[in-house]
Amino acid sequence: MVNDTRAALVRRGAIASIFLLVAFLAAWQWGPGLLGIPSFIVPPLSSVAAEFVRAWQVYHLPLHTGVTAAEVLAGFMLGSLLGAMVGYLLGMSPTAELALSPYILALQIAPKVAFAPLFILWMGFTVYPKILVAILIVFFPVMVNVLTAVRNVDPDLINLARAFKASRAQIFWRIEFPSSMPPMFAGLRIGSTLAVVGVVVGELVGGNLGLGYLLTFGEGQANTPLVFVSIVMLTLVGGIAYLIVILIERRVLHYLPARGVGRNI
Amino acid sequence: MSVVRLEYRNVTMRFADSNGAGALTAVRGVSFSVHDAEVVSLIGPTGCGKSTLLNIGSGLTPPSEGSAFVDGERVAGPNAQVAFMLQKDLLLPWRTVAENVTFGVEIQGLPLKECKRRAAALLANFKLAEFSGHYPHQLSGGMRQRVALARTLAVDPHVLLLDEPFSAVDAQTRMVLQRDLAQTLKQANKTALLITHDLAEAVTLSDRVLVMSRRPGTIIDEIKIDMPQRDNPIARRRDAKFNDYVAHLMDRLDIAHVALEREGEGAAW
Repeated sequence: MVNDTRAALVRRGAIASIFLLVAFLAAWQWGPGLLGIPSFIVPPLSSVAAEFVRAWQVYHLPLHTGVTAAEVLAGFMLGSLLGAMVGYLLGMSPTAELALSPYILALQIAPKVAFAPLFILWMGFTVYPKILVAILIVFFPVMVNVLTAVRNVDPDLINLARAFKASRAQIFWRIEFPSSMPPMFAGLRIGSTLAVVGVVVGELVGGNLGLGYLLTFGEGQANTPLVFVSIVMLTLVGGIAYLIVILIERRVLHYLPARGVGRNI
Repeated sequence: MSVVRLEYRNVTMRFADSNGAGALTAVRGVSFSVHDAEVVSLIGPTGCGKSTLLNIGSGLTPPSEGSAFVDGERVAGPNAQVAFMLQKDLLLPWRTVAENVTFGVEIQGLPLKECKRRAAALLANFKLAEFSGHYPHQLSGGMRQRVALARTLAVDPHVLLLDEPFSAVDAQTRMVLQRDLAQTLKQANKTALLITHDLAEAVTLSDRVLVMSRRPGTIIDEIKIDMPQRDNPIARRRDAKFNDYVAHLMDRLDIAHVALEREGEGAAW
């Protein structure tokens, strides 16, 4: 019975969601015309769709999307790996954390995207500056979450392992590392969406590849539909990255109790 | 008398004060011993250093003065002869029930097959066999505490140190768990030191009860529980002497006259 009501709730939610999508698409198509907004400001859905087909054929949309996706993937993976490693190291060494915390804080406050022009000066119009911005931007949420998780492990749990004569490595692999998984995945979720931001800023600043480049190209030509196409594709790349994290998280954290409505978002 | 399994010899423990200035003496000059297969309870007001004694016995913290001995050997660090269990079940949420039971033996490096065999035997004994593949969050509080006890017993320790193991479960579950513990201790001939706030628990489960004073904690009384059936606490509750022992312990702790004091001042009954 309880399951029935929950299933009904989910069904109602899904129907409302689809209804909202249809309403939004309809508003996009006919809203600008009705409100008298010129199509070079807000192009209707149909002209964006037409531009999508054109971009696919003429402007190498699949290539640009692929480059951006690859940069996002590389930046996200390296950034989370580095963030997790530094998080564990600092979590296990209070001295290191105390010594490094002012610098980490400063770097965390500095807007990472502002580094993009600098990285382009250093590395030229290649994919590397974009990946580097993404690494920098993904690093912090993952590191902070892992660090906090390692800090917050119940000391009684550590004592329990110690009483069984666990080595430092055993305490890490059997207690600290698995304990840090739920907060780490929270950090990875944030990181997966931020990685797109880092990559796009890098592409906006320089280069001739990627959706960020396509976006500035469209802007230069006053091709508003192309700008919209780029934004939609970027959202798609970010959404897929987020979805992949969620799927891995569900596998890894399968032991956690279900968290009720909307738990997958 | 049989051999001494656990002994505290003139143990004193001081902690640095919270403001770092003076030292705070948690326990002072505590000496007592627990013999083979004996169950001894330790009662006393909050903050009298009971848990400190447990940490010293398990080798997690060295005492400021004096020593603890297990099987005649001075405790210098964690050792395989002692296992402890706390009020918190400390089950690992990412491990199944069976994997939680084998946590200790795995760390001690027993072959996986032997680990699994022990877990299966203990879980069957505690009537938890059908839950061995479940995760802790799927279990009730009483079941989780039973899994924690199975994990403690899996390492086959000579001495069990139990720190208020059942104070977080409801009264009826607690009686069932007390019975299980009493039977297990008797069958396996285990030696145990039980820290508890529950006077009835102390009387029904133990051979002897030690009463501690307020901080700095010292042992102010020792009461031998002269009742049969240490493996059946529910029968002991019906024993005519039961109420006398509880009343005596209440007098010794001066419960009728203790006013509730600020947290950290002790005597939070």
